[in-house]
Amino acid sequence: MALERFTEDHEYIRVDGDIAAVGITHHAQEQLGDVVFVEVPEVGRTVKQKEATAVVESVKAASEIYAPVSGVVVEINADLAANPALVNEDAEGKAWFFKLRVADKSELDGLMDRAAYEEFVKRS
Amino acid sequence: MSAASADPLERTPLCELHLELGAKMVPFAGYAMPVQYPLGVLKEHLHTRARAGLFDVSHMGQASLFGPDHQTTAAALETLVPADILNLQPGRQRYTQLLNEEGGIVDDLMVTRSADPAEDGKLLLVLNASRKEVDYEYMSGRLPDSVRLHPIRDRALLALQGPEAAAALARQSPQAPTLRFMGALATAVAAFECHVSRSGYTGEDGFEISVAADQAIDLARLLLAEEGVQPIGLGARDSLRLEAGLSLYGHELDEMTSPVEADLSWSIPKRRREAGGFPGWDRIQRELRDGPARLRVGIKPEGRAPARDGTEVLEPSGARIGIVTSGGFGPTVNGPIAMGYVDTAYARPGTPVELMVRGKSQPARIVDLPFVPHRYLR
Repeated sequence: MALERFTEDHEYIRVDGDIAAVGITHHAQEQLGDVVFVEVPEVGRTVKQKEATAVVESVKAASEIYAPVSGVVVEINADLAANPALVNEDAEGKAWFFKLRVADKSELDGLMDRAAYEEFVKRS
Repeated sequence: MSAASADPLERTPLCELHLELGAKMVPFAGYAMPVQYPLGVLKEHLHTRARAGLFDVSHMGQASLFGPDHQTTAAALETLVPADILNLQPGRQRYTQLLNEEGGIVDDLMVTRSADPAEDGKLLLVLNASRKEVDYEYMSGRLPDSVRLHPIRDRALLALQGPEAAAALARQSPQAPTLRFMGALATAVAAFECHVSRSGYTGEDGFEISVAADQAIDLARLLLAEEGVQPIGLGARDSLRLEAGLSLYGHELDEMTSPVEADLSWSIPKRRREAGGFPGWDRIQRELRDGPARLRVGIKPEGRAPARDGTEVLEPSGARIGIVTSGGFGPTVNGPIAMGYVDTAYARPGTPVELMVRGKSQPARIVDLPFVPHRYLR
């Protein structure tokens, strides 16, 4: 079972060994509305925690996606460029944006688990 | 709703219905307005182009100008706008701009001459929500004593737009669908006394229906019950008008921008160009003769990334030549679209330009407007 964590910017990170998939939460896609454009980073790019790493645009606005932890981009989801609506259909499943090789797992400690994130959404 | 605004938001007469329909409400021009319903912006947009959409546009300003006869009222309004109002026929509507002394646009508006001969001397105005109070003050101070401006604050305004709008309205109002584009009349819709014009802001055939505020919800329910009609929010209203190449005040139009720069010269007829008699005539005459320094254009990004309002437009060598004033995703175009201003030398359709999106240069082309052909019933 992969370890799941969430940020206050509504990203999720699903960690499996050293590799972690990053996307936006179901709640985030609901707030954004119909997603029409996704920009993913280049494979090999090194990113710092909280660095703007990808972009998601809905009919309403553009939003940056920040790296939940530091690492190196090892894989991107090529399906999203052709089918950005996948983010609305399956945000926390098939519509991950990129995968990172996590540099420092201790950075995960500062993130929320699902229960804490759900509480955070309810409060905000 | 917004913590930043000190004044509480005004509500339109339809507010309760929006909430009942599950709308997401946002602040817009001082009003709580539905930005989308559960269908969502994309599907609402496509639905309007395929069938019919009902919009609450009650936030817009409705006003009457009263004078002793058409000649007097029209002549008074012509001192503030560059359109031909004198020759506006009964039951006809015209698009024009309220101008300041520098030829900048105070607001853009629709002017309708009442179809009823008993109302000779009355003109109806529809103004932008964000500008109506400015407009009322501007006009009141400049009209002669014989012509009175009367803001109408007890009526709602609904827009029914799309290829099935006429059929849907015909079932409630036999008279309304006899109108042609930019025609207007006072008529009953179901049991309600309405003022209906065949116009809109989507590029589609459609109607704008003015109704007493306390009857607005009942009328909206009747229209929503018609086959093919869905409620449509401000989000889709914006993408529909952008695809239709229609300007939005505060984006394409402002007090610095002239109608010639805004590519609205078509709305200034020969008599007014030659004889003037409206604010900013000298600038407009000069721009019509020599060409304006900059021009409103359509801009089509070649990739998939939308370019939003404020995006810089560069020539391929990197020099700044303009700015995007409205931009986003066009659901019917199925790609990014934008409007903006460029130096006139770069305004020709087909001209390659670059858009600076998040620090990266994206190729684009100047294109003819509209992005989606108008389907007005002329």
